[in-house]
Amino acid sequence: MARTLLAIYPHSARRYDEMLKADGAVRPHWQRFFDHLDSVSPEEMRRRLDFADRRIQENGVTYNVYADPNGADRPWALDPLPLIIPPDEWAQVSAAVAQRATLLNAILADLYGEKTLLAEGLLPPALVYGQHGYLWPSQGIKPPGGIWLHHYAVDLARAPNGRWWVIADRTQAPSGAGYALENRLVVSRVFPEMFRDLHVQHLADFFRDHQDGLTALAPVEGDEQPHIVLLTPGPYNETYFEHAYLSRYLGFPLVEGQDLTVRGDSVYLKTLRGLKRVHVILRRQDDDYCDPLELRGDSALGIPGLLNVARAGRVVIANALGSGMLASSALMGFLPAICRHLLGEKLAMPSVGTWWCGEKPALDYVKENFDDLVIKPAYPTQRMEPVFGHELEGEAREEMLRRIEARPHAYVAQEMVNLAQAPTWSRAHERRLIARPVGLRAYAVVNADGGYSVMPGGLARVAQGAGARIISMQRGGASKDTWVLTDGPVSEFTLLKPSIGVRDLVRSGANLSSRVVENLFWLGRYSERFDNSARLLRVALARLVDVGGEKTPAVASVLELAERLKVLPTPEEDSPPSEGGEHVLLEAIYDPAQPGSLAANIRSLMWSASHVRERLSLDHWHSLNRLQREQQAAQKTHPTLTEAIAFLDRVLLVSSSLNGFAMDNMTRDDGWRFLIIGRRLERLSFFARSIASFLRMESTRGPGCLEWLLELADSIITYRSRYSRFPELLPVLDLLVFDESNPHGVMFQASVLGRYLERMTRELGADDDPGLSKAIERLRNFSLEPFENMQFNQCVSCLPCEELALLLDQLDAAAGCLSDALGMRYFTHVGDVSRQTMAL
Amino acid sequence: MEPVRYHVLHETRYDYGSTISLSQQQLHLSPRFLPWQQIVEQRIDIEPAPTWRRDGQDAFGNPVTWISFHAPHDHLCIRSTMNIAVLPHLPDAAMLAESMPWEAVRERLAYDSSAPEAEDLDAVRFLFESPHVRVKHELADYAADCFPPGTPVLVGAKKLMSKIFDEFEFDPEATTVSTPVLEVLENKRGVCQDFAHLMIACLRALGLSARYVSGYLLTRPPPGKPRLIGADASHAWVSVYAPGSTDNWVDFDPTNNLLPDTEHITLAIGRDFTDISPLRGIILGGGGAEPEVAVTVVPLDEEEMPAGLLAVPVVDKAEA
Repeated sequence: MARTLLAIYPHSARRYDEMLKADGAVRPHWQRFFDHLDSVSPEEMRRRLDFADRRIQENGVTYNVYADPNGADRPWALDPLPLIIPPDEWAQVSAAVAQRATLLNAILADLYGEKTLLAEGLLPPALVYGQHGYLWPSQGIKPPGGIWLHHYAVDLARAPNGRWWVIADRTQAPSGAGYALENRLVVSRVFPEMFRDLHVQHLADFFRDHQDGLTALAPVEGDEQPHIVLLTPGPYNETYFEHAYLSRYLGFPLVEGQDLTVRGDSVYLKTLRGLKRVHVILRRQDDDYCDPLELRGDSALGIPGLLNVARAGRVVIANALGSGMLASSALMGFLPAICRHLLGEKLAMPSVGTWWCGEKPALDYVKENFDDLVIKPAYPTQRMEPVFGHELEGEAREEMLRRIEARPHAYVAQEMVNLAQAPTWSRAHERRLIARPVGLRAYAVVNADGGYSVMPGGLARVAQGAGARIISMQRGGASKDTWVLTDGPVSEFTLLKPSIGVRDLVRSGANLSSRVVENLFWLGRYSERFDNSARLLRVALARLVDVGGEKTPAVASVLELAERLKVLPTPEEDSPPSEGGEHVLLEAIYDPAQPGSLAANIRSLMWSASHVRERLSLDHWHSLNRLQREQQAAQKTHPTLTEAIAFLDRVLLVSSSLNGFAMDNMTRDDGWRFLIIGRRLERLSFFARSIASFLRMESTRGPGCLEWLLELADSIITYRSRYSRFPELLPVLDLLVFDESNPHGVMFQASVLGRYLERMTRELGADDDPGLSKAIERLRNFSLEPFENMQFNQCVSCLPCEELALLLDQLDAAAGCLSDALGMRYFTHVGDVSRQTMAL
Repeated sequence: MEPVRYHVLHETRYDYGSTISLSQQQLHLSPRFLPWQQIVEQRIDIEPAPTWRRDGQDAFGNPVTWISFHAPHDHLCIRSTMNIAVLPHLPDAAMLAESMPWEAVRERLAYDSSAPEAEDLDAVRFLFESPHVRVKHELADYAADCFPPGTPVLVGAKKLMSKIFDEFEFDPEATTVSTPVLEVLENKRGVCQDFAHLMIACLRALGLSARYVSGYLLTRPPPGKPRLIGADASHAWVSVYAPGSTDNWVDFDPTNNLLPDTEHITLAIGRDFTDISPLRGIILGGGGAEPEVAVTVVPLDEEEMPAGLLAVPVVDKAEA
């Protein structure tokens, strides 16, 4: 059996193998897992892999690749086989990572404080003052607890002799800890027995240390509760998924720069109920973008004045502003001496051989050994891809050497590392292991004692190709879970919440940021818009299919309404009337490029949902993701009308489950109220416009039209139970416009809105009804008597129809004004962009 | 030698056109202490009154003031006034000729794993690229003929200053605050800031330390004409590291091809304009954001003070 698993697995004398010893025998700490793989049936394994893929897609674990021309989110790539590390080996790695974090923190404190490293000649000034990443305004700042580095990641690789080496330090805003967590949740369910039996250390204690470490440092006053936020550059950042994920897991609200504001010595979160002081900012935004007043002035993402809050010691910025400079690989060669100077210890884990060309002897070495080295930028802010010396020939080689000669301090050369290889599961071959180069990103956080806790595990990454020398998620690599085994008991502590909890969507009303409330409002509007367009398209398609594609009066009138409501494109003046409208309808469902189409609405819904991702339940992500995938797949396959109707049915099912979730599972706080207001406003506006158009359109006078109107308003069952006869105009209008008990009726929306507005006026002390209540009042007083005995099929632009249509127009206009007024009063002034000014 | 006394008025006014809801400003408007400069009196008046203010020192030892406004306002007027005495400090020809050869200065500034001299460590802060000063080989090439082997560093710097003065044209229309140095080099036009940045970039490209100096320059009204209020402007020049010279640094003004003495008043020094821009801010809201700046420099021994110089009130436009 085992021979099958290893049939195409290569042995390499030049690489360390994580699973096999040099003689080909399985390493002891791998043996049980290997035997397990060997015992699982192919069907079972396929089932588990499917499960892993589905989990990842449905949780929306994505990695945005900036260069992707479609700007599409790319699913996170995960290999199900973990990287397994035995206890004794991990003890050494963990101690070395903690030491390095301590050292780097001490270096930051020195470089922004006394600068003994420069005075003693232990570090070249070019690597400090010569870096754009050295933030001069941070000089002299004393962060709370003396901590500059609160979270740290380090990329490790194994040399052929099995020793671990440091390849790179991540000190800016290290990413990947959230992905490591997500990988763990998936992989521990793919191999549940192994996960239990091998005594794999859990990750939760590490994240609790992270929470406790930040809480302990929070500069609170009196009995203030520490208020910790996670600052993200926003949904366009490549690791936004992780920001949202960690925000939910750690319980730190996710904020963007514009949610925060500085007043004097303090920084605050803008909430619906006023400014709430923030004590700790866990930042995932680069430091030079954080304060446009003193750092990059062109940054719209920053928080003007933040540095002054830091100077006053009134906020913990994690990591402190200016920490990014230590990611420079040029520092590596100087660390052993610095470690002795600052910590009085020997550096426990070596860095990969690194030559900074700014030193003459190093430059000479680099020129002599060019073929054996990788050339990299000396500073993390430089944009340059690593270059392999041996791959450069002729003019390109000369050019590179000239560039290094001209600005030697801007380059480093590193030894080429033969990365270790680890087994990965082959998707192309049944039951075969293949080998891929592997590296490990390990994490450390400052804990409540001011020391560093190291994550027992980390993000293992494998390269796409067997011979690759660089592993990068941007270049199509994959990740692995890392299993650190323990001889002792496994801690059972957990921070995880069940996947749907009432409090998951909106955690606590008091600290809701204005931006989150605004996004919930738009989520409400878009989810209703998506529902309305699906319903209208289904009404049209169902009729078209029923009559076998013939353009009956009912079909014609629905299509006309869809055009008026811009769900279908407005036909050009001189183009011939379309035959049956089949093609147009399919485009209106599947083509996202067409404004107003269902596909475009799905996209808008996903967009607004992504902005409040940390507040949505995972189940809803699953269903929304599935819909979008289905729509994208259908764009290529030309679905039939029947398939399209089935798709619309599923859309409406998802929509009603979203709606039901909002009604049943969300706490009734301000965020929820704005979500519902968004929904009601959108529905009010949709039906006011639909019914006004219906009354005005000549095409609706034909047979079957009142039926489709009832169906559009999902009110056909109610109508039949009340009147048990063919639809007539008067009772239809009563049910769809005036009946305040019909949840799809116009008046229902209007009166619910009225009630919420009253309540907000009471609680938030603002009154801005721009005429909605007047419009409601006028509609309420409208008399239906002229519709008695009216022959609707014969009336053409009659007075009562036009009068009612006019009132509905006014209601629609008032709803539009209300939406603007809410934006002005409650939401972040997104139209008001911060601007830099400069005077000589 | 007697110091020369000045009264300086530097007024900046913004009319935003509409309401600003939040504004934060960083001021580099107070003069720094220097061995040849005595600050007799100095104050900054701000209207409307800021909600919050902090005074401190930046990383280069310049006084800095931060202010913020949390209440709606539609204008901002900042008026800095100072009485200041400048002592003569013009280096003589011998000091230039006897300064250290430029290669020796370069050697001192280069890293060699040993502990550097304190003054060299101070000077390396001004050795590398900074936001407005890219260090490119074109710049070293441009300066090369001013620095033949063995040239005393200050002699070379003086030649470079004259070369820039001769080959470049003063043209306020040609550049903005963000025009890159290489573009200035190519077009041979610009203002004092551009010439200062260019000269600094050339010196740094050679491995020498050079700092950016902001301040004021006494201008002389045309013969027979009275001094006009606000006719002056803030000025910028260059300071070159020459260990062993008095104060280790010597100033050069490439815009006027002269070595600053008692007619240059120093406000601040930095790596380039970014570090010490007189007034830098972030505002939320508002329409126009073009400031009106008026600078007046009056020697206090001048017989007649220009009318109204000390009496110019800070007037709220709404009241005026």
